[in-house]
Amino acid sequence: MELSFGQILQLIVWAVFVNNFILAQFLGICPFLGVSKKTESAVGMSLAVIFVMTVAAAVTWLLNQYVLVPLGLVFLKTILFILVIAALVQFVEMVIKKMSPALFQALGIFLPLITTNCAVLGAALLAIQKDFSFFTTLIYAFASSLGFGLVMVLFAGIRERMDTTIETPAGMRGLPVTLVAAGILSLAFLGFAGLVKM
Amino acid sequence: MDWNTILISTGTLGGIGAAAAALLAGASRVLRVEEDPRIEQVTEALPGANCGGCGFPGCAGFAEAVVAGKADPTLCAPGGAAIAQTIGDILGITVEAKQRQVARLRCQGSKDRAVVRVTYDGMTSCKAVSLLVPLGTKKCAQACEGLGDCVAVCVFDAIRMGDDGLPVVDEQACTGCGKCVTECPKSVLILHPYDEKLSVGCGNQVAPKLVRKVCEVGCLHCRVCVRTCPYDALQWEGNLPKRIDGKCKMCGLCVEACKTQVLHFASGFEVDPQAKEQAKRLLAERKAAEAAKKAAQRTKPKETKDPASAPVGGEPS
Repeated sequence: MELSFGQILQLIVWAVFVNNFILAQFLGICPFLGVSKKTESAVGMSLAVIFVMTVAAAVTWLLNQYVLVPLGLVFLKTILFILVIAALVQFVEMVIKKMSPALFQALGIFLPLITTNCAVLGAALLAIQKDFSFFTTLIYAFASSLGFGLVMVLFAGIRERMDTTIETPAGMRGLPVTLVAAGILSLAFLGFAGLVKM
Repeated sequence: MDWNTILISTGTLGGIGAAAAALLAGASRVLRVEEDPRIEQVTEALPGANCGGCGFPGCAGFAEAVVAGKADPTLCAPGGAAIAQTIGDILGITVEAKQRQVARLRCQGSKDRAVVRVTYDGMTSCKAVSLLVPLGTKKCAQACEGLGDCVAVCVFDAIRMGDDGLPVVDEQACTGCGKCVTECPKSVLILHPYDEKLSVGCGNQVAPKLVRKVCEVGCLHCRVCVRTCPYDALQWEGNLPKRIDGKCKMCGLCVEACKTQVLHFASGFEVDPQAKEQAKRLLAERKAAEAAKKAAQRTKPKETKDPASAPVGGEPS
């Protein structure tokens, strides 16, 4: 299916806000809670995810289309994608380390963290489930990771604020209050529900 | 499901897996980044506390910077002179030994000595208080908040909160990494040479009249310490006495002379009686010389008392 410009825009809004990976689909919660303590590291993680998710979705789509479908092995896609994404991230890490030390410094520690991130795998699987074309898959994966990044940075800002300005009761300190805040943020994003229908 | 499907799926998965493995193996050879082997050696030599006191991200970051020549080998405070020497040996450079430093308090305004200005009932963090009340909860703007940010940030367990509401530094455990110094929003902690036992325990520079109102142990600007020191180890600077590195013989005369205990020795330090006697003798000689000089001036006709030679701030009372 060919997409018009309006449809592409719709897809992006849908993936970033309405069907946000973290807040609406509950994928990628581990980095969401783990790397959101500081805005800086949240930005680094988001950049790494944007990069890896887009590349992984493209590669897995090609694999699915030209290897799994002709061989009738579509049921293998989950395990194969895990394998391919893990190898791909390792490879990309090596390439970046060689080609651009500056980029490696920025993404370095986060790249291995997302080798088996469920959000990356989720994007690859969902794109195939929804029968997207190659181009649509690219946009979908890119927009989804953008939404991931947006929420990561937003949440890191909230957490930084919470840590310095309010005193949390002892029982709620740390993860509990973080989860409550995540829930409230998720409710806020619920406001986007139905904005775009896909 | 027949055998065929099983074979094909196993073959495909195994094939792709093997291809990926081959790709990675090849890539790791082709794309290998040559790293200086000395980086690893230096990293191994470092304490591995990852305290960040050197200003680099962890010990590995410091090692990289040292090998690249961007950092001074002596920057590792926990490692001290020994590690600096080891690093120097690895890199083949000579390293100048650095004095061991520890964190010391430049405030003695404990709970019962410093007057409290506002009652704070909130998050127990000096940083939070400083955001809310920039001038501090005590009347003295330079006073220690006593909420223990320094205790929390110390990775060597060298600071604990004393009963009087002031942090106590265990100078044996302190490595001088300076984390607490940067953490303290009031700059109450300072890095201080370990061998210099004398420290100045007040940071308030306002007029003595005001100091007396806010703290029992604030510096009252009498300068008796500067005048008492026979070695000129104390200098009057910025309305406070300042100890000059290397000059102090730790005789304890200024500590005795200071009425508000601003000058004090590190806990556990005993004054050597001999050093004290010698200092007393020196001081007496100096006073005698000054008196003789004054007497000589007085005998000159018509000359009034020179204001410059009179001690500023009056005699110690």
